[in-house]
Amino acid sequence: MKESILFRMSHIYRDDFRVRAFTFGQGEKALCIVGSVRGNEYQQLYICCRILRRLKRLEAEGRFAEDRQVLVIPSANPASMNIGKRFWPIDNTDVNRMFPGYALGETTQQIAAAVFEVVNKYRVGVQFTSFYTPGEFQPHVQMMRTGYENPEKARDFGLPYIVMREPRPYDTTTLNYNWQIWETDAYSVYSGTTTRVSEEGAELAADAVERFMVLNGILKGTPSRAAPSRIFRYDDLLKVCTTQAGFFRDLVKNDERVSAGQALAEIIDPCAGDVLETLRSPADGVVFFRYNDPLIYAHTAACKILRDPQQRF
Amino acid sequence: MVEDIVSIRLPVDETFRIRKNVIRNGAGKRLCVVTGIHGDELEGQYVCFLLNCILNQNPELLHGSVEIYPAVNPLGIGSIERGIPGFDIDMNRTFPGSDADVMTESIAHALVDDLAGADAVFDIHASNIFLTEIPQVRINELHRDTLVPLARQANMDLVWVHANSTVLESTLAYSLNSIGTPCLVVEMGVGMRLTGEYGEQLTNGILNVMKQLGMWDGEIASVKTPIVSDGQDEVIFLNAQSSGMFMKTKRHGSWVGKGETVGYVFDPFEGKVVEYVTAAKSGLLFTIREYPLVDKGSLMGRILVRGTEEA
Repeated sequence: MKESILFRMSHIYRDDFRVRAFTFGQGEKALCIVGSVRGNEYQQLYICCRILRRLKRLEAEGRFAEDRQVLVIPSANPASMNIGKRFWPIDNTDVNRMFPGYALGETTQQIAAAVFEVVNKYRVGVQFTSFYTPGEFQPHVQMMRTGYENPEKARDFGLPYIVMREPRPYDTTTLNYNWQIWETDAYSVYSGTTTRVSEEGAELAADAVERFMVLNGILKGTPSRAAPSRIFRYDDLLKVCTTQAGFFRDLVKNDERVSAGQALAEIIDPCAGDVLETLRSPADGVVFFRYNDPLIYAHTAACKILRDPQQRF
Repeated sequence: MVEDIVSIRLPVDETFRIRKNVIRNGAGKRLCVVTGIHGDELEGQYVCFLLNCILNQNPELLHGSVEIYPAVNPLGIGSIERGIPGFDIDMNRTFPGSDADVMTESIAHALVDDLAGADAVFDIHASNIFLTEIPQVRINELHRDTLVPLARQANMDLVWVHANSTVLESTLAYSLNSIGTPCLVVEMGVGMRLTGEYGEQLTNGILNVMKQLGMWDGEIASVKTPIVSDGQDEVIFLNAQSSGMFMKTKRHGSWVGKGETVGYVFDPFEGKVVEYVTAAKSGLLFTIREYPLVDKGSLMGRILVRGTEEA
């Protein structure tokens, strides 16, 4: 393993800002793994910790293919992580809205440019990204439809779901989108949480990456067993939205099977204590997303249900 | 007449409202003034105040409707936050919105619905807390033909036609212009402050646009002829090369020569200047850094490259 600094920037009163990277193997630039890009992506950083520990062991065991190189960038934004702020400390810009970056531009454009110049040379890119809405998703691989996506290859991760999403205007400046445009096979891997570390989710994500590496000849060995992934469109998820605001009391857990009409959550008036609304499943299926903050706004998705494949509406 | 555009109960005993004040006199065209999308930009507040005062004092001179939306991000204004508190997102990246699964999207959707069909919309911004701007209208090149003639009437110093960017497709102005509702984006002054002269200048410009639309019979003070950068001009960006504190030596609106210093970055710790920020080309310094703390790469100013002074 070789350690390197991809980008360094001095600050008048804080320590130097550094984007650190770890390289395993040599030869073809086969896989790049990016952890946190935003300051609150603790789970994404933690997954990289687990992967780095695993890759060090695998390297010591001689499991890396001879002509394959893997790069891991645990955090592209330690300055925000250290102050618990999602975006850039001074101007609140989002590094993951600055790709492909601009080396002569503003601070976060320069960071994105330095990172992208290195990562876009890899054949496959994996990013552990996050959603901005509070809640937890089922672990899955997500891909944007750019015309360059490769959903069949995403099955190699062995995660239960592969979600296809149409890009929106602001997606065009994300790392994933630009990876695809610049001909890197890009995958966003969601392990469920963002600000809360989940050991189970991190282990699942690390397993998925290792399986992908084995199936793609980056690691020698036998791939772990996995059930076939189900591919579906993000818009096919059935959103169960609030019409009232208040305390959010969930009645189901993620991955739980639910029946049409089953109560999923209650919205409770924080002052009077009354149940303002009971949210019910519109179909038989599994809970794919569940809101998880104490308070919830009106017009907000409390749950997203992945209906059973055989159902027709 | 004050009307609710959006009224949504918040979790704990509070109602979120976006309101507009509709001032109407008979039938006629409709002009809307929107501000406060970014909660830390307050320059539009003074324009709303002045316009209300003038219209209330002279209702008989109005023909049609003026609708004033002073705070479309009331939670942001109320907490001195640029985005929407509780969501950590920029409201001006949520348009045209949807009736889908996030409250902010449904708010954006309702706002676009309400503004649609207006004969002119002013969306007033104040750059941000970091930069000071001369009064200007910014126009996406896709909408140049419709908007430049309108912008010339708005009493601004500069009309900047800039290149399209997919990110900007999420803005209120792009959404409105895309459905045929002309919307001018005004940038002027600086975040978290009011600049009286700019507020008066724009108010006069809005009245002039109303006059051109046949909505206003009142007197108009002299209207400026703006510099129009039609997309062919070069705009250069000055970025810091180092971290430190910035002291400006040129005001926004100054004409600067090639190589001229517009400010310097200093290190208070060791008492030395670490960088002089200079103009790479001659032209109009229409943006200058206001907030002193800078990182490497921080935007220090923008220059519209022109050989000679025009204003």
